[in-house]
Amino acid sequence: MDGMELPAIRSTCAYCGVGCGVLLRPDGQGGALVTGDPDHPANFGRLCSKGSALGETLGLEGRLLRPRIGADDTDWDTALDLVATRFADTIAEHGPDSVAFYVSGQLLTEDYYVANKLMKGFIGSANIDTNSRLCMASTVAGQRRAFGTDTVPGTYEDLEEADLIVLVGSNLAWCHPVLHQRILAAQALRPEMKLVVVDPRRTVSCDGADLHLMLESGSDVALFNGLLNEIDRRGAADEAYLRHVTGAAEAFGAAAEADLSVTGLAPEDLAAFYDLWIGTKKVVTIFSQGVNQSSSGSDKVNAILNCHLATGRIGTPGCGPFSVTGQPNAMGGREVGGLANMLACHLDIENPDHRGAVRDFWSAPRMPEAQGAKAVEMFRRVATGEIKALWIIHTNPAVSMPDADAVRDAIAGCDFTVVSDVTARNDTAQLADVLLPAAAWGEKDGTVTNSDRTISRQRAVLPPPGEALPDWQILAEVARRMGWAEAFDYSGPSEIFREFAALSGIAASFGKDFDISALSDLSDTGYRNLAPVRWPVSAARQGGRFFGDGRFFHPGGKARMLPLAYRPPAARTAPRYPFRFNTGRIRDQWHTMTRTALAPRLSAHLPEPFLEIHPEDARRLGIGARDLVSVRSPQGGAILRARITDAVKPGDVFAPIHWTAQTAPSGRIDALVPGITDPVSGQPESKAAVVAVEKFDAGWHAFAMTSGALDLSCEYWAVARTEAGARAEMAGRDAPADWEAEARRIFGLSGGVVQSVEDRAAGLTRLAFHEGGRLRAAIFVSREPSALMRDYLATLPGAEAIDVLTGRTPADRPDPGPILCSCFGVGVNTILRAIEEGAALTVEQVGEVLQAGTNCGSCRPEIAALIAASARREAAE
Amino acid sequence: MRPRLIVVGAGMAAGRALERLIEADPHAYDITVFNAEPRGSYNRIMLSPVLAGEKRFAEIVTHDAAWYARHGITCRFGERLASIDPAAKIVTAQDGEVLPYDKLLLATGSAPVIIPLPGHEVDGVIAYRDLEDTERMMAMGPGRRVVVIGGGLLGLEAAAGMAARGAEVTVVHLMGHLMERQLDATAGGMLAESLRGRGITVLCGANSREIAGEAGKVRALLLDDGTELPCDLLVMAVGIRPNTALAAAAGIETGRGIIVDDHMRSSAPDILAIGECVEHRGALFGLVAPCFDQAEVAAQTLLGAEAVFTPRDVATQLKVTGCALFSAGDFAAGEERDEIVLHDPLRESYRRLVLEGDRLIGAVFYGDTRDSAWFLDLIRSGADISAIRETLIFGPVAQTVPARPALQGVAA
Repeated sequence: MDGMELPAIRSTCAYCGVGCGVLLRPDGQGGALVTGDPDHPANFGRLCSKGSALGETLGLEGRLLRPRIGADDTDWDTALDLVATRFADTIAEHGPDSVAFYVSGQLLTEDYYVANKLMKGFIGSANIDTNSRLCMASTVAGQRRAFGTDTVPGTYEDLEEADLIVLVGSNLAWCHPVLHQRILAAQALRPEMKLVVVDPRRTVSCDGADLHLMLESGSDVALFNGLLNEIDRRGAADEAYLRHVTGAAEAFGAAAEADLSVTGLAPEDLAAFYDLWIGTKKVVTIFSQGVNQSSSGSDKVNAILNCHLATGRIGTPGCGPFSVTGQPNAMGGREVGGLANMLACHLDIENPDHRGAVRDFWSAPRMPEAQGAKAVEMFRRVATGEIKALWIIHTNPAVSMPDADAVRDAIAGCDFTVVSDVTARNDTAQLADVLLPAAAWGEKDGTVTNSDRTISRQRAVLPPPGEALPDWQILAEVARRMGWAEAFDYSGPSEIFREFAALSGIAASFGKDFDISALSDLSDTGYRNLAPVRWPVSAARQGGRFFGDGRFFHPGGKARMLPLAYRPPAARTAPRYPFRFNTGRIRDQWHTMTRTALAPRLSAHLPEPFLEIHPEDARRLGIGARDLVSVRSPQGGAILRARITDAVKPGDVFAPIHWTAQTAPSGRIDALVPGITDPVSGQPESKAAVVAVEKFDAGWHAFAMTSGALDLSCEYWAVARTEAGARAEMAGRDAPADWEAEARRIFGLSGGVVQSVEDRAAGLTRLAFHEGGRLRAAIFVSREPSALMRDYLATLPGAEAIDVLTGRTPADRPDPGPILCSCFGVGVNTILRAIEEGAALTVEQVGEVLQAGTNCGSCRPEIAALIAASARREAAE
Repeated sequence: MRPRLIVVGAGMAAGRALERLIEADPHAYDITVFNAEPRGSYNRIMLSPVLAGEKRFAEIVTHDAAWYARHGITCRFGERLASIDPAAKIVTAQDGEVLPYDKLLLATGSAPVIIPLPGHEVDGVIAYRDLEDTERMMAMGPGRRVVVIGGGLLGLEAAAGMAARGAEVTVVHLMGHLMERQLDATAGGMLAESLRGRGITVLCGANSREIAGEAGKVRALLLDDGTELPCDLLVMAVGIRPNTALAAAAGIETGRGIIVDDHMRSSAPDILAIGECVEHRGALFGLVAPCFDQAEVAAQTLLGAEAVFTPRDVATQLKVTGCALFSAGDFAAGEERDEIVLHDPLRESYRRLVLEGDRLIGAVFYGDTRDSAWFLDLIRSGADISAIRETLIFGPVAQTVPARPALQGVAA
């Protein structure tokens, strides 16, 4: 039975903040088939490569199935009693602020709500913060400063209706592929629609862009101050709209002072951008981590908002600033008050009236009167011992926090750490005193909110395995054991949702934007069948855009423009640390890979952590194409593969964020990022560390693949899942004396037939282990990285492979090359052949001939780049 | 009248020389061929398949009576020469007939070495050299016991051939591993295992002491350590010695063989020598390839053309079904030398390459001998292999550049 006859379950994708609808059908084998929901307003059936592969990530491999205390399995009662007792004792002895929750944009709104209620209303501390702090806290701060509350003004439709899209610090093509596809589709219908990318790095999002402003890292405030000044100078401000805005004069005044030279941009490029922006009425400025993850992130956000407010380009079709969020429920977290500086429903902690209203609503015994510790500060307090009991839910701060080594050590040193997660195998879970098995994405029931305020239901397709429980239930059980049974006596997520919706009605009475009170009497059936709905959902108002009417949420109802001045990134490059270290995502991985790494096809695109470095810098440092580089910052170090590319500027380097102690211990790049934060938002500056780069002097390199697991311990390694098992890159300074013994240890093999090639003088060893006529594992060791058909070799474990040691396909078979289209498994070489043989000259034709790019479309920019590069080569010849 | 060429010997080298001569100029000489064996040229190398029953003798004849007749060559097969008089430029046949020559080509070949062990003259002690020896061995049917002294190329082919016919065969080899001149210890060991697998007893490091006879016939071989190996036939395959007696008696300069210059000329005017009987720059020749090269050169010299014999690296192959091996060049280990070694139990294969700097100088393959010609070319040409060193041992198939060079150095 493949489940295709069953009615599909509608749910929401687990990954980014686009919030795509998915259709789930159980496959009868413990998994599910996942397709895009054609009726969901976020994606209308589209999915990206990650979403398409969701079904491959639902297996039970690595799942945490039972509560654990230390290394030992235990029962729920024992585990929950221990958690409740330890938290209660700690609070009793050291006060409410001696405990903290660090939660996640992975949580459903209902889970989030319960966590926030427990901490802020009952424990009585505001020490609950979320990993969304690392993602869009600066946007929250910026929007609150400008609008009086954290409101996303527009909707996704605006991206299609705009005549100019400006991407600022957003590699939308890879990080929010479905939105990017929507824009490209709109552009195909209206070719006059323009696209500008503002990014210090040339990403695939720049493909097809009309203008790419490769600005100096962190100079966005200057760029948009320049724009604001031009708006003012050219008389392009909307005087009528400015009646709804305060602070315009000061903002214009500050903008006039802007020194545009800090952007490093040519005057003609600046002029082109300003002309286009000012000359186009319908502008949407999309911004993401490049704006947010900065010590001046809030100012960057306000610099953008200033321009939209000054021109009144906000809240009308095709107009507005647009923050795209990183997590499926980052927005939900903001709404319930998952941030340490928010209450719930966008209410303010410091406001006694707000506080009082929430206290009454919850019948809360005590409420904090001030903000709690934001993420970076929270782990600092863990390190100093001020926080003595910590509960981490669905996030991996030992990898993802800035100064990650210090955070890891802080968690390890905390008196009592509880981790709720779906796996025991991540860097943070391994540090826990108590591990609580939580239900995973496909097993959870609740709601999430996406980047355009659309609340969607997430519905379970599978039962929780083992003893796993939904997060709201785990939290409520602990609350009950801490003595607050009545306040947490929920029968299910629908009851929590109703309570939350009712609270939003109270918030609305304080003039807040987030109001879903019309859903507060939703029946269980109504909740079960709830269709995607954009907030607000109240008697007065449903969905739509904000601020087109000029009504804002500050006292007095006006928006605020802020006078802003450029501040450079906090860390300064210097001879010792001469490079600016940018970080970001890759197309097919998500966060710390705990899920995406389970899907072989998602690991095939870029299976190794890397550092992008400009050719001039590489040449100067003697770094070659295949070399490993050692990257050091004042905080920590990493070893990464060099990718020499002029996609970064000289002096800039870039590394992706996804690798962990589980997948590439030397690739934990947040260990290099300092814990410097934006003074307003508390969001860390994750994209502007300073580092030194040098060639890593490896004595040996190796590539390995196996049908089983790998036990790796050398200086550099990166492991990736494959259909056949796993593949790994390795390197080290000193080679083991006996490679066969070492390989047997790595692969966990005692028997088998061994093929070997050894060239001792050249430092070359190749070993293949066969069992029952089938390849189990092989390793290719050499002094310099070997030229091997890695993607072909990775398919061989489990098959008969007598010629594996040649490291290549049989002479008559072409090598598909690294996978570019992960939906259909089409390799770079296959696509290049089709292009070069003239079989496909456009992205569409590549799709017709090879299917590549025809499903999720995430690889289409890269296919376009291959076609363009091929055309350039031909022209050069 | 055409000048007279007398050829002594009708082995493979003589056959090749005549062929080239006639191809170049069928009327250049009036030719007479003496041959001790009562037949013309056949492919001696293929005696092993004949012994093994894989070929019939007729299939390995390269030059039959009709060929000689067609080219007007006078054949005196089964006849030896009694003497040569280089000064008078005449030869005397066994029967006393005197023949004048203008050119004399000596291709007298070699004789198997017979170790003078006590008892070596009894019946049933033979060498492995010609069709007669082969026929004697072919008579060793099932259940008969045979001892072969000598674990070299010939001895093993003899042993395998008789084993294939059902005889109980023991190979006695003095050295530590088989075919030590062509194989290293690993390949020699694999070969011994393979032979044992087909029922042949292989004794290495075994020194023969005495041949025991009974009623004038061989009964057993006794070893130094007291082992007694009963046998019905004892084959000595311990090497060859160039046949130089005729030349030496004529005052032609000889060392271990008849000494020749680069044009295959002996010390006596108008007397040339080729094949296993010659010594060139101190080297003797036991494999067919250089002997053919010499034949080509001699034919040119006889035609008055300029040709030079250059010894080149030669490869060895063992003609025992299921025991593919190949060795070429110099494969001794050395301080200045690097080795690349492949062990492939799935193919029951072993390869060892020896490098000096960036050049391939030697190779030993056991099991998988595909592409041996390619490796031999590399050894001979001395080509710089540094660019393909990582995959060299896999042969030419691993060197072809794919349509799209996709050999990634790294994953990222």
